[in-house]
Amino acid sequence: MIAQRFLSADRRIAATILALLAAAIVVPLLNLAVSPQSAFYIPPYIVALVGKYLCYALLALALDLVWGYCGILSLGHGAFFALGGYAMGMYLMRQIGSRGVYGNPILPDFMVFLNYKELPWFWHGFDHFWFAVLMVLAVPGLLAFVFGWFAFRSRVTGVYLSIITQAMTYALLLAFFRNDMGFGGNNGLTDFKDILGFNVQADATRSALFAASAVTLALAVFVTAAIVRSKYGKLLMAVRDAESRTRFLGWRAENVKLFAFTVSAIMAGIAGALYVPQVGIINPGEFEPSNSIEVVIWTAVGGRGTIVGPIIGALLVNAGKSWFTGVLPEFWLFALGGLFVAVTLLLPKGIVGMWDGWRGKARALRAASLAAEAGADPQAPEPKIVRSAARTPGAWSTAGAEPQPAE
Amino acid sequence: MKILHAIGLTLLFLLTTLSSSGAAEADLRAIIAKFATVTDFSETGTVVQELTATGDPAVERPLAALADGNLYIRTADSMVFVGKEGDENIQLFDPLSGEAAGEASEDDITKISVNNTLRRTIRDALGTLTLGSKDPTVRIAAADTMFKTPDAANISPLDAAIASESVASVKALLEQARAASILVSDKPDADKLAAIAVIGARGDRSAVSLLTSVEANASGAVKEAATAAIAGINSTLAFWDAGQNIWYGISLGSVLLLAAIGLAITFGVMGVINMAHGEMVMLGTYTTFVVQQVIRTSFPGLFDWSLVIALPLAFLVAGLVGLAIERGIIRFLYGRPLETLLATWGVSLSLQQAVRTIFGPTNQEVGNPSWMSGSFDVGQLAITWNRLWILVFALTVFGVLLYVMKRTPWGLQMRAVTANRRMAASMGIRTPWVDALTFALGSGIAGIAGVALSQIDNVSPNLGRGYIIDSFMVVVFGGVGNLWGTLVGAFSLGIVNKFLEPYAGAVLGKIVVLVLIILFIQKRPRGLFALKGRAVEA
Repeated sequence: MIAQRFLSADRRIAATILALLAAAIVVPLLNLAVSPQSAFYIPPYIVALVGKYLCYALLALALDLVWGYCGILSLGHGAFFALGGYAMGMYLMRQIGSRGVYGNPILPDFMVFLNYKELPWFWHGFDHFWFAVLMVLAVPGLLAFVFGWFAFRSRVTGVYLSIITQAMTYALLLAFFRNDMGFGGNNGLTDFKDILGFNVQADATRSALFAASAVTLALAVFVTAAIVRSKYGKLLMAVRDAESRTRFLGWRAENVKLFAFTVSAIMAGIAGALYVPQVGIINPGEFEPSNSIEVVIWTAVGGRGTIVGPIIGALLVNAGKSWFTGVLPEFWLFALGGLFVAVTLLLPKGIVGMWDGWRGKARALRAASLAAEAGADPQAPEPKIVRSAARTPGAWSTAGAEPQPAE
Repeated sequence: MKILHAIGLTLLFLLTTLSSSGAAEADLRAIIAKFATVTDFSETGTVVQELTATGDPAVERPLAALADGNLYIRTADSMVFVGKEGDENIQLFDPLSGEAAGEASEDDITKISVNNTLRRTIRDALGTLTLGSKDPTVRIAAADTMFKTPDAANISPLDAAIASESVASVKALLEQARAASILVSDKPDADKLAAIAVIGARGDRSAVSLLTSVEANASGAVKEAATAAIAGINSTLAFWDAGQNIWYGISLGSVLLLAAIGLAITFGVMGVINMAHGEMVMLGTYTTFVVQQVIRTSFPGLFDWSLVIALPLAFLVAGLVGLAIERGIIRFLYGRPLETLLATWGVSLSLQQAVRTIFGPTNQEVGNPSWMSGSFDVGQLAITWNRLWILVFALTVFGVLLYVMKRTPWGLQMRAVTANRRMAASMGIRTPWVDALTFALGSGIAGIAGVALSQIDNVSPNLGRGYIIDSFMVVVFGGVGNLWGTLVGAFSLGIVNKFLEPYAGAVLGKIVVLVLIILFIQKRPRGLFALKGRAVEA
């Protein structure tokens, strides 16, 4: 039974990875090799759009690792995403070289405009791709490590942690809006030309970026699954469900959380770095606290505490957003607001959790009827299949349905 | 008899003033006619001084025209006119009465030329003239100009003005202007020392700049007195600066308190993260807007009462919406605080969009009643009435809420539920009712906060967004479940913010405050005034 369950979960993850890898090959092919008249042709804007969604999916998966599996509701993942994006944006800015409006070979346009005399120290090194990649990983990772180090050691948990992560995002938003921070102020970084010597606007580059996003997401799914499946993953869920008990058993809950938080922040940073060349701009608006909260709803819609759920949620919600803002722009916020309420009230386990619930019930019924046919069966399965702890988020709340003072 | 006497005196007074002005006009015309014979700038200057010495406000027109280069002499009869360039010819006006006097071609008239020295003389002269104005604000402006551009020649007109001045505050200003003039004159040191004392008592920045120039030029006792006076003024100024910062901080704190106090109830008592709290504030402001619209169209006389009328309505509107949210959504989510955060965020998005759909996305005009506009001075502090009223209002709301919590049966039940929900339920308290009413109360208070904030903020659908993060910071910093904590939290955050602003700038100051709060929560995860409890999950 257990083996079968793991097999089915494994199958689902394997299928997701395969689907992503297939998309990484097929979509660029259909875009580049098929003639525009063909029915199978995928126009470049769709490639860019879906590529963007894949970055969002990676961000949602990152949040799922801390929220779904470790119970830390971070409202700061938008900030890690944007930091990764800024690191990539700085590389892309340096690649413009003397092709900017002001033609300055060293300084990006906005610095010339703001009367910078020389490159600020933190811009050095970003002309190398490897350095930019390092920073994409290091900046969000370090911030998360330092932030988490303090927060988790002081046992700031639950709502308080959500609020201070939101405060962090807000502080970064304000900081990046300032012109003298040296990150382009409220215009952000844009007008990118090249990435690794290829034109960012070209169809082939876009397809390549799409493929990179899909492959990275597949890799992230694999890594997340490996983490969750390991002994360490069990520990994560133990901390989520009963932090004090885990601590009394001798585990260092804060270290467990810190690891998950840092890994998750790095994943979010990678998502941001893949996102920026595809949309062609990064500005402080990405730090908006509301963006971070939107990520939470993607994860919740798909089903937190599952690996496939956040990906499905991010794709569905963003596709819905694109459709709504095109057709009924004034209703998008109603739809999103309604989605928040409906998901928390009616679908606490998300789409994937609900699907599993149906399947589980159906299988239990089938097993029960089989058992009835076969007469007495000593090993009758329980009527409602209890899935692994990862499948029942929301159920770890020890208290009943009554208000808990925030204290 | 007495009445007749009085009437007689009045008549006599009127007659003398009339005749004197009649005589003066002839004199003035005679002086103005002298412009026709001047040959160089210094002669023009003499005439200007002669005109000024009459002290008659009527000379303002020709002098201003002269300074602007618009005073002309008609070659044919050497008459002086104020000219204005028309389409082809120059239109002429009488220099005293301003009546039109035909026009002339440029060949028939000559312009009286002026240089910069002359222009300055004229400007100073005009400043002196306005000292005699009937309007006190004009006199104050004149005294201020003369203080900032002191001139020994001003002393005698100032003496005259001081003697006839009846308003004490204007008189003080005139005396300061006179003191400034004495300092640049060649009067004896004793006079100058007295003057420095007068200016030192004024104690503002222009006094410092004046005394600094005196300090640089003078010597001996005067120099020492000036140095001492500057030091004295600077220390008072530093004091007032601090006072100003504290006032701004208190003002910001009162806004934060208003925005956060409703949240302190819902978050502190019920543990509900109400992300729609800012939208409750917004509903309050829009209620005020609707009330004012109705008053404008139907009962214009009631406009000054609009806020008072809006208060109970805003409480009801926001309270009812809050009640609906609690009954419809939140009661299903108790025990899952993170999910109330998501659900109420959804509610806030929907409310924003609803208001945007109904009222439009643009800012709405909410007027200030007369008793909330304007400002008054306390020493060097300028205090605006609307900020002061908002402070009073915030403290009143706080006081009422404190009374409700501590002195009413409902407040007792609320506190009982906060302290131990199960025990409270066992004692017969209907906890679901307490929850619903508490949430409605918190929302209603956000609504009346909106009435006050409509006076200082842009009324737009996004108004709530700006307050939600700050409100959470206040509540978390102060310690949840404790109204005093919210009060202290709001005012200390406000004051710290305003003290950081001069050094770091508004945005950086705010960032520093946010970082400080994040660090503070590491140290005291439950805020300044934490409720004591014995739970493991501390």
